[in-house]
Amino acid sequence: MTSLPTHTHKKLGLVIDLDTCVGCHACATNCKEWNTGGHSAPLPDVNPYGAEPDGVWFNRVHSFEVQRGDRPNLTINFPRSCLHCENAECVTVCPTGASYKRVEDGIVLVNTDKCIGCKLCSWACPYGAREFDADEGVMKKCTLCIDRIYNENLDPEDRQPACVLTCPTGARHFGDLNDPESRVSQLTAARHGRDLMPELGYKPTNKYLPPRARKVDSLDVGAPEELVPIVADGFLGWLDNILSK
Amino acid sequence: MHPAFSVIFFTTCSGAGYGLLALMGIFGAAGMVPADPWMGFTGLAFALSLVSIGLLASTFHLGRPERAWRALTQWRSSWLAREGVMAVLTYIPAGLFGLGWVWFEDTTGLWAVAGVVAAILAWLTVMSTAMIYRSLKPIHQWHNDWTVPSYVLLSVMSGAVLMSLLIQLFGVSNPYIQGLTVVTLALGWGLKTMYWKFNERTSGLPTVNSAIGIDAAGDVSVLELPHTSANYLMKEMGFKVAQKHADKLRRISHLTGFALPLVFSLGAMFVEGYSALAFVVLAWALCSIGIIVERWLFFAEAKHTVNLYYGASGA
Repeated sequence: MTSLPTHTHKKLGLVIDLDTCVGCHACATNCKEWNTGGHSAPLPDVNPYGAEPDGVWFNRVHSFEVQRGDRPNLTINFPRSCLHCENAECVTVCPTGASYKRVEDGIVLVNTDKCIGCKLCSWACPYGAREFDADEGVMKKCTLCIDRIYNENLDPEDRQPACVLTCPTGARHFGDLNDPESRVSQLTAARHGRDLMPELGYKPTNKYLPPRARKVDSLDVGAPEELVPIVADGFLGWLDNILSK
Repeated sequence: MHPAFSVIFFTTCSGAGYGLLALMGIFGAAGMVPADPWMGFTGLAFALSLVSIGLLASTFHLGRPERAWRALTQWRSSWLAREGVMAVLTYIPAGLFGLGWVWFEDTTGLWAVAGVVAAILAWLTVMSTAMIYRSLKPIHQWHNDWTVPSYVLLSVMSGAVLMSLLIQLFGVSNPYIQGLTVVTLALGWGLKTMYWKFNERTSGLPTVNSAIGIDAAGDVSVLELPHTSANYLMKEMGFKVAQKHADKLRRISHLTGFALPLVFSLGAMFVEGYSALAFVVLAWALCSIGIIVERWLFFAEAKHTVNLYYGASGA
């Protein structure tokens, strides 16, 4: 059924810290690596070594520059992937029932055996989270590593999405955003996590933590505004005099 | 949005087909056109062929056309599924109505009911098609109150232009059908002009700031793209048409889609015989070109919010 559940038991999702993300693309690379053998495998590559390579990725890292008047410009590295929205209209537009949102954890998935490849779901997603697999003729998207997070063959600490595990700066966090006590919920509350394009009403589960205020003036870090010339006396003063001649 | 040939062909072709089918159903049921079997056959066969070719064309853009039947299952939530269900259902009363008109030479009683039901279902199908676009919040140029009336009116309009041609072919003169053609061309022209004006002066709410969750004051620009060449999103949703080309195409659409067919349809009311036939043929040929251009612009000028991530200033 492509009608959305009125309530999901958990709201599993990601919290992404735009303050610490350095834009290294490790999350995107590890996502591709895991998922090309995972639930929606394979993630095709077209002309991978040619001039115009193309392919399906679930995660894309953009870099933006913010000009802020007289303050220094800000670089924002912005990983973009499925936000597993509460009001996921990519699901409701699906004519076949291939797209669905799980009641137990809120994860949005595609059953590629039912997908007819009409692409309407990708049009309905404001965030560009879905990419079409032209080889198989079906739509693919982030599964929140459904095949990792419940995988009992993995050690408990490894039961997290591939992008989260690989992030070298700890900018990605995974958890239940329905539970106010969870680390991700508390992080979101403490850092004023944001929804993307809230004006469209998709109610994304994933949150983005805006960059912290930068320390721009020397006074902010406790340093003097200007260095005061040192006046040396005694032996050092004599040496300074000799060398300054 | 990428203006895919199959979808442009489908919406214009089946739009005209459903328009003609509906008008034949209404005028036939009302007894306002003679129940001539050859006219009934020609009109209904042409209408249903346009509809069927259009529907078939729409399956060409599917990744897995052999699974197309699955698209009928989710009518509870999906306008695309509703469109499919309506399209299939329309064939039943349309077929019955055709049987009455062509075989029994009768468009009254229960046959008339079939005609009216076929007309209603045809209009609901076109409305569902329009709702597919109307319901997409990421595309401001579609997610507005002009989309559905435009689609329905343009479908009735192309149907009326075809119906005028049909009755002229069979030497039937009907001021109501010819009048309807003129009126719908005028209304369609006005509505589409207002649609274009609306899209010229408004844009969607999201900005690149809200798209990346940075609402602090500051101009956001792309520093580096995530990939070195165009991906699916950029090919499917990043289509851009140069403003000067769009302006020229819009003028072509104004002229061939509405203005000239209006003149020729009006002219056909005041002349007879072959001149009248020539006028309605010209009206139909020009209108078809104009509506295809209009539909191309409908897709080509639609801006998806995903472009905000790729450097678009607005959506």
